[in-house]
Amino acid sequence: MHNRPDLIYCYDGSFEGLLCCVFESYEQKEIPLDIIAPNAAQPLLFSGRKIATDLQKSSRVLTSISAKIGTAALDFVRRAFLTCLAQKELHILLFLRLGYRHGPAVMDMLTHEAVNTLFKAVKYLERESHLLTGFLRFSIFNNVLVGEIEPKNCVLPLLVPHYSERFPEERFLIHDKTHGMGLVYQPYQSAIVPLEALELPDVEEEEQAFRELWQLFYDTIAIQGRSNPKCRMNHMPKRYWKYMTEFNRPQNNIPPKLPDSSGKLLLTI
Amino acid sequence: MDVFDKLKILTDAAKYDVACTSSGVNKRAAPGGIGSAAAAGICHSFSADGRCISLLKVLFTNVCSYDCKYCVNRSSNDTPRATFTPRELAELTINFYRRNYIEGLFLSSGVLKSPDYTCEQMIETLRILREDYRFSGYIHAKAIPGADNALVTRLGLLADRMSVNIELPSQNSLQLLAPDKTKQSIFTPMGFIQNRIQENSRDLVKYRHTPKFVPAGQSTQMIIGATPDTDYQILNLTEGLYHKYKLKRVFFSAYMPVTHDSLLPAIDTKPPLWREHRLYQADWLLRFYGFFAGELLDKEHQSFNPFLDPKCNWALHHLDSFPIDVNRAAYRDLLRVPGIGVKSAKRIITARRTTTLHFDGLKKLGVVLKRAQYFITCGGKTMEDIKITHNAVLRSLLSEKTLRLYHSSFTWQAEQLSLFSQTTPHPMPQEDIVKCITGQI
Repeated sequence: MHNRPDLIYCYDGSFEGLLCCVFESYEQKEIPLDIIAPNAAQPLLFSGRKIATDLQKSSRVLTSISAKIGTAALDFVRRAFLTCLAQKELHILLFLRLGYRHGPAVMDMLTHEAVNTLFKAVKYLERESHLLTGFLRFSIFNNVLVGEIEPKNCVLPLLVPHYSERFPEERFLIHDKTHGMGLVYQPYQSAIVPLEALELPDVEEEEQAFRELWQLFYDTIAIQGRSNPKCRMNHMPKRYWKYMTEFNRPQNNIPPKLPDSSGKLLLTI
Repeated sequence: MDVFDKLKILTDAAKYDVACTSSGVNKRAAPGGIGSAAAAGICHSFSADGRCISLLKVLFTNVCSYDCKYCVNRSSNDTPRATFTPRELAELTINFYRRNYIEGLFLSSGVLKSPDYTCEQMIETLRILREDYRFSGYIHAKAIPGADNALVTRLGLLADRMSVNIELPSQNSLQLLAPDKTKQSIFTPMGFIQNRIQENSRDLVKYRHTPKFVPAGQSTQMIIGATPDTDYQILNLTEGLYHKYKLKRVFFSAYMPVTHDSLLPAIDTKPPLWREHRLYQADWLLRFYGFFAGELLDKEHQSFNPFLDPKCNWALHHLDSFPIDVNRAAYRDLLRVPGIGVKSAKRIITARRTTTLHFDGLKKLGVVLKRAQYFITCGGKTMEDIKITHNAVLRSLLSEKTLRLYHSSFTWQAEQLSLFSQTTPHPMPQEDIVKCITGQI
């Protein structure tokens, strides 16, 4: 096996494509300097080798991972592929090579550099996806729930089970603006599709009323005497605030309307 | 009165309840229904005081026939009163839930007309949610002391978690500040719920489809700093509650003065947040770290050290049982090392199966070496240039400023806190202000 400091693999950006890179690495007995997806804006100093995606090769690698390193490792690698870790492809390759050498025990080698890097990245992915099960806000347009997020990791696949178990009878759309993807759900069917831009219609009166009710609740529930903005920021980093209803108020509506102020929306429940 | 007014009044009246957790049960929506729950709990937002918002926390009504002195809703208080209708509240909950604002409903109430009537109204709200909307999201209901057992049972079959608040940590304090409540009136419903939960778990073994009674268990809360009860008493009570009533959680609430009364701390008293924080730390040590209340505090030391967390404090007084070797020590011993938590202890157990651990490896596992280095060895070696004496350890655990306060306050530890004249006796260490939390972690 040679470390090849002059070689870069170019793959098509899919998980299967990456598995073909693993195949190539073993076939040629070499470790490339990097593995890059086509849209990576990296100037190529060295000539890249294009790795064609061959489903036969990728399925051979797939079966060998669960057979030789275990299903837990396969699941772990799939998750690692969704993270925003720099050079995640290369790290996955290094992890798998270690895995083929040590078998399932690789999942215990938490202090090994290759394993540790991926573990941290996956932990970050899982944390972000967990936070977004709480911090995501839906608006209702025409009885469809629409939510927007800007996550760093590719969390949509992890959000599918949570939201479809929670709202099985609803139709909803979650737009991941960072990756230009959308999670579309209608009863008992879901899909993740490319979605670049999303134009939302005007907010209906009922929707606006519930937003204001929520903002009212949010302001009232806080105890003034224990105000602790730093603690709030630790638990709920500011980058999530952008799409949260409690922080999105029209300019003339700060502070929120108090019950005795005139001109508020009348709500019929 | 419209929904805006009601929501404002009834939220304002409910905000001093601490518990807002949505944990303890896993559920998914039934076909045709809505709502699920995750055992780990989900926080949907954090309010400006840094507390988690997970549930729509409101009172059903803030009309109350009791006159507890510490409470904003006491009958003698001149405050606007409101009452939801069951349908109104159920619809508000569902509409918030569909927009993913909340994880469910936390329903408490003042005592309107009679405990039984109040309980019936709460049951009707929960029934609309569970039956009309087929809602499987999280519901936390407060048991109304004095309500009929049959009603408590119905409420428990609809809710996921129930709680009865202890309010004050001792019988004397209760007598003084909540003359309408007695120890019995609090522990009777708590014991009843505990019995029903046990009965239910036996039934579930026999009949798979038995309706579940309070599947997420019960919790309670008490107010800290309104009465002269010591940390030692409070912690012992907490431990007793976990053992005897199998509670899932005990919450502490630093007393916020809401009223003038000769029996209560002055209205400008700051809430004893640092004390609440130390109690939560000790509570964690009881529940997850295998500590006993008697190890953390005793008759001679009835209050927590304000400068050191309870675990560091314990370790400093037991330097003879350290250092331990991370490559051999049992899980329960690892947990006792300051700087090693539940997660890092588990990772140590996993990682040492394949390799011998060294200090740089421990860092990767999430161990806080700054604290842990004094208490552990790796393969028989201590960290380089480490002196393990009481003073050396103290110097490194505390900042210079806090250390000076620590030394100047040796008298302070011995005397019991005078809670009635107390403002925060010493400034809290900076890192603790940031970490200060209540409710959900």
